[in-house]
Amino acid sequence: MSTTISNGQGALAPRPQRIAARLPWWLTGLVVPALQLALALGVASLVVLLVGESPLATLRVMLTGALDPANGLASTLYYATSLTFTGLAVAVAFHAGLFNIGGEGQAYVAGLGVALACLWLDGRLGAPAMFCVAVVAATAAGAFWAWIPGYLQARRGAHVVVSTIMFNYIAAGLLNYMLVSAIGSGGMGTETRSFAPSAMLPKLHEALAPLGIVLAPSFLNIAMLLALLCAAGVWWLLWRTRLGYALRLLGQSPRAARYAGLSAASLTITAMLISGGLAGLMAVNDVYGAQGRLVLNFTGGMGFLGVAVALMGRNHPAGVLAAALLFGALYQGSTDLQLDFPRISPELILVIQGLVVFFVAALDRLVREPVERGYLAWSNRQRPDA
Amino acid sequence: MEDIWLMVLSTAASAIRLACPLVLAAMGGILAERSGIVDIGLEGKMLAGAFAAATLASQLGSPWLGLVGGMAAGVALSMLHGVATIRYRGDQVVSGMALNFFALGLTMVLGQAWFEQGGQTPALDAAQRFTPIDLPGAETWARQVPVLGDFYRIVLSGHSVLVYAAFVLPALISFVLGHTRFGLRLRAAGEEPNAVDTAGVSVAGVRTLALVATGMLCGAAGAYISTAQNAAFSRDMTAGSGYIALAAVIFGKWRPQPVLGACLLFGLLTALEARLQGQSLPGLGTIPPQVFQVLPYVLTVVLLAGFIGKATPPKALGRPYVKER
Repeated sequence: MSTTISNGQGALAPRPQRIAARLPWWLTGLVVPALQLALALGVASLVVLLVGESPLATLRVMLTGALDPANGLASTLYYATSLTFTGLAVAVAFHAGLFNIGGEGQAYVAGLGVALACLWLDGRLGAPAMFCVAVVAATAAGAFWAWIPGYLQARRGAHVVVSTIMFNYIAAGLLNYMLVSAIGSGGMGTETRSFAPSAMLPKLHEALAPLGIVLAPSFLNIAMLLALLCAAGVWWLLWRTRLGYALRLLGQSPRAARYAGLSAASLTITAMLISGGLAGLMAVNDVYGAQGRLVLNFTGGMGFLGVAVALMGRNHPAGVLAAALLFGALYQGSTDLQLDFPRISPELILVIQGLVVFFVAALDRLVREPVERGYLAWSNRQRPDA
Repeated sequence: MEDIWLMVLSTAASAIRLACPLVLAAMGGILAERSGIVDIGLEGKMLAGAFAAATLASQLGSPWLGLVGGMAAGVALSMLHGVATIRYRGDQVVSGMALNFFALGLTMVLGQAWFEQGGQTPALDAAQRFTPIDLPGAETWARQVPVLGDFYRIVLSGHSVLVYAAFVLPALISFVLGHTRFGLRLRAAGEEPNAVDTAGVSVAGVRTLALVATGMLCGAAGAYISTAQNAAFSRDMTAGSGYIALAAVIFGKWRPQPVLGACLLFGLLTALEARLQGQSLPGLGTIPPQVFQVLPYVLTVVLLAGFIGKATPPKALGRPYVKER
C-alpha cells in the first residue's frame, strides 16, 4: 500500500467519506441517497419516454411484478441474495481503501470451484454435507481469485482496480475453457451436467410445500439465510473486532495505520481475501442452490451490480441489504417488463444501474452539498447560539 | 513456402484491421489518462459510438455522417464523465463504470425500441459503410513483384480509410503531446496540476479538452467496428475491446508509439485465435482459443506487477484537482 501511495496511485482508491459531525445520520444515510435515487430514476424515465412508453406505468409494472408475494417476490429475494454477497464484498474492500471491481470474476471462479466439488462428490455426500462443501469451495475459490490482485497490489504495486478488471476477463476465459473442453456436459448449452438431486438442498417453495404452504416456484434457497448471516458477520467484523478496526484504519488513513505498526501489505491481502470469499458465496446461491449446475455467464452482471449496491448502501451492511433488495426488485421487475411493454427491452435495468451509480456515487456532490448546506443553514437558524 | 508466406501476410493484414479500433480508443485513453483522468469508460464510449454510427449511417446513407454521429455520442458520454469527475470531483473509476453500464443498456434499449430486431440496427449496404481502399498499383504491378509485392498488396493495401487514419494517429498524438503548447499543458495537468494552475491555465479546461478528444476517438473506434468491420450494430458488439484498449494503454506505458505496438500485439493475438482455431501446432498441440482471449489481460497484469519492466502512470492520475486558496 505504501508503495502505491508514493507513486501517486493512491488516489485511485476511493477514501471512505469522513462523517460530518453535525449532520444527523438520517440526512446523509437516507435523505441524500433517496434524492439521488429519485434523480437517477427521473433520468431513466426520460429514456423510457424516448422509447415512447409511460415511465409511471413502467415503474408500476416493475414494482408490482417484483413485490407481488404470489409471484415475483421470491425471485426478488433470490436476486437480492446474490447482490448481498457481491455488495458486501465491495463494501469490505472499500473500508480498507480498496476498490474491488472483480466481484464478477471472483464469483465466476467460485462457481467453478462449486461445480468441481459437486461433480466430484455429489454421488457420495448427502445434501447438508454437500452444502457445507459448496460453501467452503465457493469461499476458497473466490478468495483465491481475489488474493492474486491483492498480493500484486500489496507486494508488487499493481493497482487492484486495474488488475481486478483484467482478472474478470481472465476468469471468463478460464470458465469458458473449462465448460467447453473439460467439464461441460457436451450438450447444446455451455454448462455442466446437473448435480445429483440427493446432494441438493430443497428450494424454499419445495421445503415449505410439505408444511402446507404453497409458494410459486422460484430459485430462492437457503443461501438467503447465509447472506443475512454474512451481513451480520461483516458488521461484527468491521466494527467489533481488532481486524476490522485495522482494516478501517488502513482505509481512512494509511499513514496512521503504518504509525500504529500495522502491516499495510498483509491487511490489503486480508481484505481482498475476505472480499473475494464473500463475492464467491454468490456461487452457492446460484450454482449450488438455484441451478444445480454450472452455466456459462451465470453471474449475469451481479458482480458488477454489487458495486452499485455497495455504493448505494454507503458500504454499511444494513445499507447493502436495503440496496440489494432494491436492485433485486429492479432486476426481477425488468424481466416482467417485456410481457407488458414489448418495446422496452429488459436491459433497461442496465440503464437504471448505470444512472444510479452515476448519481449516487460519481455525482455525489451534486445533491449532497446543497442538501448539507441547506440543513446547516436551517439548523443554525433554529439554534442561533450554537 | 509460398503458401506460408501468404498466410503470414493475411494474418498480419487481419491483425492490422483488428488493431484499428484498439489504436483509436487507446490513443483516446492516452489523452485522458495523461491529463490526469482515469478512463475505464473507453468501452462505453466505443459502444455508444458504434450504435450512433450504425444508426445514422443506415438512416442517412453516409458512413461519414455515421462517423460524425459516433464521435458526437462518444463526446457526449465523455462530457458526462467530465462533469462528474472535474466539476464534481467524483471518483473517476466509479464514473467510468457507471457510464459503461449506461451505454450498454441504452444502446440495447434504444436499438430494440427503434428497430425491433433484438437490438440490431438495419444491415448497411456498401454505400453506407467504409469499404476497403486499394492503394495504387496493388492489383497491377504488385502482382509482378515477388515477396514485397504481396506484402504491399495484402498487408498495406485494402484497408478502410479509418485504418490508415488510425495508424497516422500515434505519430500525431506523439507530436501534440511532445511538441505543442497544449500537449505540454495536458501532460502537466496529469503530473503537476499545480504548475498548470500557477501558470494561469485552467486545469479543468485542459482536462475537459482532453476528454473531448477521448470521446471523439472512442466514438470513431466504435464507428469503425459497426460501419467498417461489420455492417450493422449488434448488442454489446464491442465485447470488451474498450478494456483491451485500456490494457494496451497501460501495456504501452501511456506513450503513443509503444501503445500502438501493444494494440498491434493484441490485434495479432485475436487474428491468431481465428487462424489457429482447431489447428495443431508442432510441439504445442492445439492451443485453446481462450488462451488468445485472455493473453492481453494476463500480459498487462504481469507488466503492472513489474515482472517485465515498470509501468509508471502519470503522477496525478485519478486525483481531482482542487484549486488552492
